[in-house]
Amino acid sequence: MTHWILAPIVLPAFLAPFIVLAARHHIAIQRAFSVAGIAALVVISAGLAWQVSDGSVIYYRLGDWAAPFGIVVVGDRLSTLMILLASVLALFVLLFSIGSGWDRRGWHFHALFQFQMMGILGAFLTGDLFNLFVFFEVLLIASYGLMIHAGGNDRLRAGVQYVLYNLLGSTLFLFALGSIYAETGTLNMADLAVRVAEIGPEETVGIRIAAVLLLLVFAIKAALVPLHFWLPSSYAEAPAPVAALFAIMTKVGAYAIIRVYTLIFPPDTVATEGLHGVWLQPAALVSLAIGTVGILAARRLDRLVAFSVIGSMGTVIIAISLFTPQGIAAALYYMIHSTLAAAILFLVTDLVRAGRGTLDLTPRPPMAGTVLTSGIFFAGAIAMAGLPPLSGFLGKLMVLDAAFGSDLVVWVWAVILVTSLIAVVGFARAGSVVFWKAHSLPPAETVDEQIVRPGALCYAAVGGLLALLVAHTVLAGQVHDYTTDMAAQLFSPDAYIDTVLDTPGKLSAPQEEGY
Amino acid sequence: MSLFYIVLLPFLGALLPGIMNAAGRAACAGVTFVVTLGAFVGLMTNLPAIIAGETVQASIEWLPRLGLNFTLMLDGLGFFFSLLILGIGLLIIAYARHYLSRDDHMGEFFTYLLLFQGAMVGIVLSDNILLLLVFWELTSLSSFLLIGYWKHLPEGRQGARMALTVTGMGGLAMIGGMLILGRIVGSYDLSVILQNRELIQDSPLYLPALILILLGCFTKSAQFPFHFWLPHAMAAPTPVSAYLHSATMVKAGIFLMARLWPVLSGTPEWIVIVTTAGLITMVLGALIALFKHDLKALLAFSTVSHLGLITMLLGTSTAFGAMAAVFHILNHATFKAALFMSAGIVDHEAHTRDIRRLGGLRTLMPVVFTIATVAALSMAGIPFLNGFLSKEMMLEEATHTVLFGSDWLVPVLATVGSLLSAAYCFRFIGHTFLGPVRDDYPHKPHDPNMGMWMPPAILAVLVVVIGTAPFLAEPFVKLVTASLLGAAAEVPDAYLAIWHGLVPALYMSIIAVLGGLLLMLVFAPLLRAWEATPRPEAKAIFDWVVNGAAALAGRVIHGLHNGAFTRYAMIAMVTIVAAGYHAWATGTVGPATRAVQPAGPVPVAGWAMLVAAVIGMVVLHRNRFLALMLIGIVGLMVSVAFVFLSAPDLAMTQFTVEVVTIILMLLALNFLPNRTPVESTLLRRVRDGGVAILGGLAAFALSWHYMLRDAVAAPISEFHLANSYKGGGGTNVVNVILVDFRGFDTYGEIIVLGIAALLIYALTETLLDGPVRRKLLNRLPSQPRSGDMHPMMMVVLTRVIMPVVLLVGFYIFLRGHNEPGGGFIAGLIVSIAVVMQYMASGFAWTSARLRYPYHGVIGAGVLVAGFTGIGSWFVAKPFLTSDFTYVRIPPFQEFELATAALFDLGVFLAVVGAVMLSLESFSRLAHRDGDTDSEFPMDIDPSREEIGPDQPDAPVTGKGVG
Repeated sequence: MTHWILAPIVLPAFLAPFIVLAARHHIAIQRAFSVAGIAALVVISAGLAWQVSDGSVIYYRLGDWAAPFGIVVVGDRLSTLMILLASVLALFVLLFSIGSGWDRRGWHFHALFQFQMMGILGAFLTGDLFNLFVFFEVLLIASYGLMIHAGGNDRLRAGVQYVLYNLLGSTLFLFALGSIYAETGTLNMADLAVRVAEIGPEETVGIRIAAVLLLLVFAIKAALVPLHFWLPSSYAEAPAPVAALFAIMTKVGAYAIIRVYTLIFPPDTVATEGLHGVWLQPAALVSLAIGTVGILAARRLDRLVAFSVIGSMGTVIIAISLFTPQGIAAALYYMIHSTLAAAILFLVTDLVRAGRGTLDLTPRPPMAGTVLTSGIFFAGAIAMAGLPPLSGFLGKLMVLDAAFGSDLVVWVWAVILVTSLIAVVGFARAGSVVFWKAHSLPPAETVDEQIVRPGALCYAAVGGLLALLVAHTVLAGQVHDYTTDMAAQLFSPDAYIDTVLDTPGKLSAPQEEGY
Repeated sequence: MSLFYIVLLPFLGALLPGIMNAAGRAACAGVTFVVTLGAFVGLMTNLPAIIAGETVQASIEWLPRLGLNFTLMLDGLGFFFSLLILGIGLLIIAYARHYLSRDDHMGEFFTYLLLFQGAMVGIVLSDNILLLLVFWELTSLSSFLLIGYWKHLPEGRQGARMALTVTGMGGLAMIGGMLILGRIVGSYDLSVILQNRELIQDSPLYLPALILILLGCFTKSAQFPFHFWLPHAMAAPTPVSAYLHSATMVKAGIFLMARLWPVLSGTPEWIVIVTTAGLITMVLGALIALFKHDLKALLAFSTVSHLGLITMLLGTSTAFGAMAAVFHILNHATFKAALFMSAGIVDHEAHTRDIRRLGGLRTLMPVVFTIATVAALSMAGIPFLNGFLSKEMMLEEATHTVLFGSDWLVPVLATVGSLLSAAYCFRFIGHTFLGPVRDDYPHKPHDPNMGMWMPPAILAVLVVVIGTAPFLAEPFVKLVTASLLGAAAEVPDAYLAIWHGLVPALYMSIIAVLGGLLLMLVFAPLLRAWEATPRPEAKAIFDWVVNGAAALAGRVIHGLHNGAFTRYAMIAMVTIVAAGYHAWATGTVGPATRAVQPAGPVPVAGWAMLVAAVIGMVVLHRNRFLALMLIGIVGLMVSVAFVFLSAPDLAMTQFTVEVVTIILMLLALNFLPNRTPVESTLLRRVRDGGVAILGGLAAFALSWHYMLRDAVAAPISEFHLANSYKGGGGTNVVNVILVDFRGFDTYGEIIVLGIAALLIYALTETLLDGPVRRKLLNRLPSQPRSGDMHPMMMVVLTRVIMPVVLLVGFYIFLRGHNEPGGGFIAGLIVSIAVVMQYMASGFAWTSARLRYPYHGVIGAGVLVAGFTGIGSWFVAKPFLTSDFTYVRIPPFQEFELATAALFDLGVFLAVVGAVMLSLESFSRLAHRDGDTDSEFPMDIDPSREEIGPDQPDAPVTGKGVG
């Protein structure tokens, strides 16, 4: 048994306390360890992704206890891709935080950043539902710390709402876990898959409520309307690099929906038939609509981007809620895209804020470095609105294509296409005010003290993300093939279940029922 | 040259102008010219194949699973449009070099222009309709950048947004149309689609596909009712207007209609929609153009009109109409680009484009006058110029077209359109160049340098050459027409000639020209009548719609997200209950498998206390101290319940957690007013109360359901019970679960605890300098303060208790594996011991005696736990694998050594560190900078003589008690 699959969780879990213990007064040391750690995560994640790209499932028993009695960590195509995406995003975001000096505007940035990564990567890797709860807690509390990093009244106020809402979510998660355990007597996902499949049609209420509560927990994380209220203020008020990192957090919710509703409650489960078909896709359509209308309505650039995140999550869930291999493949492609695009846009808002001192969508005198910044904004906006040539367009094409055969196909098409237009108008209005209208004003007479020129590292970080987005577009065929393979693996979970349940551990033989 | 290079060259070349910008304007324009020339030459290398009637293809797979591939195709039609794009592109670049002023960022301009050029070439060379969509939207985006190029002009910004909105909308509709089309045929490749005319036209999805695709074409080619964006796009620099908005981009919609003509045309739907739209656009555009005073606006509306003409020709669905359309595309591109460039020169030289301020330029600008007159007369349909030829073909086609059952409607409207067209052409010439020389031009005009007039002059020569010798163009036009028609129709054998005999079209032409002249004679009264007529102003409507939508969006979004957490929570609660109810209502309920147990007096009493405490909370919650106490009761009752249900571990944990939490909350309350103000109306409170009760009932129902039923299979806890001692070496299953079976969860949870403390610390640190803290320190305490902050009794008691508590903690820690206890509880107990010292003697006194910073304790705890986990790697076991052994050191009894204890030590340290760091942070907040710290543990100390009770904080010297 190799331990690599655990490394994405354990490495940040060691780095963070080490930074707190030994380097909390030395920003340079923190930066060095932090960057080295995330870079190592990228390499490890890439290695793991490569290892399972042939369709194999790797598996780790914590404490040598076999599933379902102990906790397991499982790597398959989906989970390794997600950790790779998260690590790569984190690396660029970290570089931006260092380049922009955000990391020294408050305490414990790097420790919290590492803990945050631990939580996110753990959530992607765990094969145990309660352990997922634990990682949700880790990522929630760390994200709260990062969100209110550097303080400020508005940020703290938004932070309180963020943490309260998520406590609501955590409470619901506990209710869901309690229900699941009461109904099935187990928490391991593979074991759950087996036990849920055995539930007959005569007594389904218990598992149905458990399943729907769980879905709602993940929907909160994924900011599905009407459970999205925590997102706009907190993402807008969070320091820009943190908001950029949070681009992956909503995807944790989407990931969990995909995982749980293909593995434990696959679409053909008897007991959960018709459970969410009526409302999940409509809710996703409303999310897309609300998010996009928010783009048009926003009075600040950061809120605009936050709403665009809600919209893009709507698109992701529309695709997921088809619960077909094609839909999941499209959702996964779009998820990668939406993570990168949202991160780029959040980082650009920081460049704008640094350049003009405010994110209000009111004309201000021209700022330095407009051409580069506006170029990046333009690219990010195109990506987010789903216009060609960037991957947002391809992702939306995939979703539209996958929606053929769905009952709501006309709605899906209409909402996706119309919201694209609204997004275009919204982004064009905002961009025109920020980058163009400035030129009709006289140059600023006094130099605002807040205005600082962001360093080259910032541009390199954003440029790196943009390059990834372009690569995601150019290599769309290969990526889509891979997400299709991934969806195929998700829809035939026997290999996953067998690997997890048949491997013996301490004091238990495979498939041992009596103990 | 491979088609890939022709498409990619402009894109790659788009980087060059930006880089070369610093090298000067000539260099910048030069590289752009060379790049375009490269693509042009590349295109020409394919000419022999085109003449031979072949189709050149090139293909790379991109997204094969979706049917989106980088497949390019060059046939006659594609070649024709590429030629227009690249050929006119070359002229435009040369022209723009001289047109742009020194203040304009030329690199930016040419970058955008090349991006556009690449996208446009991409459209006409795409074989894959999804790829075509990509390029299609790219032209909208690059046109957006080019229209908004002069960022300081509000017209530019608004025009750019309008163009993007309208064409973007069409593009998005077209995405839908193309996807449907591809679905019908089963392929997105044009070469396949064009072979399936019957399949497409018989499909029930034909009409939706047609409408969506036509939406794209009509918006792009400015057909009624989407024509209004084009005139506003004229805020762009003139080279852009000439290039994008007359010669190329606006022809993209026409191109697509031509491209899909073989499969979409000929149906009644197509004929009605396309012909009607074209006809209306033609007449309306010409009518508006006649009364425009801005030269570019006049030309813009004339472009609209001519695009309508071409659209109408395609709509008639005859081969002759198609040929006329092709010919007119060619002619229009030549004379209109020349006209735009001339108008640009006039603007450039006279510093105005307002036709009312011009006139008499004939003698001042003879060269430009000649060029413009030739081009304008061609547009008016004067013989021996190319516009005459295609316009006659159009009129000819019109006489054969029946629309809405009427055979005179189309010819009459076509004549009216031509008449108006001739009129505005005459006005353009007459009011700009003819008439007396004025002395009030904003700038004294004269002919520009050759670089500027040469490009339009070349086009004007073409106008004359084609007009006088149409047989030169005929083979080419027929070649293009053949590829347009594909297999759907034969190329008509009509020929291009000046004289066709005394056909109706000739009479119509004569009527148009004479009528146009007549209109010019009565232009002044006409203009007055026109200006007196109320007309809908498209821009006002568009702005009203967009601003209205934005305002509505604002109301919806800001109204919905008003920042009130109570509302967010309410919506969440209702959603959760509703979804749960739905799940329940659609499921089946089986019989209960467990009997309801009788409630004894003890549980009932406990339950009654819980309920009483909660009701008390609701009633008294505005008094925060009372509320805290009631929360304490709830926690206590939960602990008691754990004891009653035989879970002593949980009870101990819950109890100690309660103590620590209440202390921390008390510290926090220290900074808050004693009472919660009333902030919501009674109605809202009733509503919120209702939702809360709903949620409570739902939770009750849920618990009730599960309590009466067994799990579907034996719960995994049975394994834990059975193997706790055998595998984990402990008889306390709860502890073994915590540190062994599910130690990984605990690992995560201590991290959560540690992070919580770190962020409380970080939060206080940021607050320490902020205005919040000043506000806190200057507040009036809502409670009377004790004069004796650190009473002796308490100091003495806590000191005496401390070693005892520590020993208890140590004991609890050690026994944990087998009896109720463990690192978590021990950590809390030890924390309480230390907290008591803080409470008794104050923050400063206690911290001064602190050896280990709490950050470090947290870090060490997490690391100890982590290293315990890693330890098992050295014996080739998974993370956190436990082991235990029994040793006997005389004279003690045999005892157990377990690695789990080391893990528990990590838990212990993390808990102590976390609790203490949070507490310390709170205390720091209250600590005033100006405070002089007493070095004494208590304020009043009888063993100290000097101090008076009235000055507890006075800096005094004396023998302290250590």
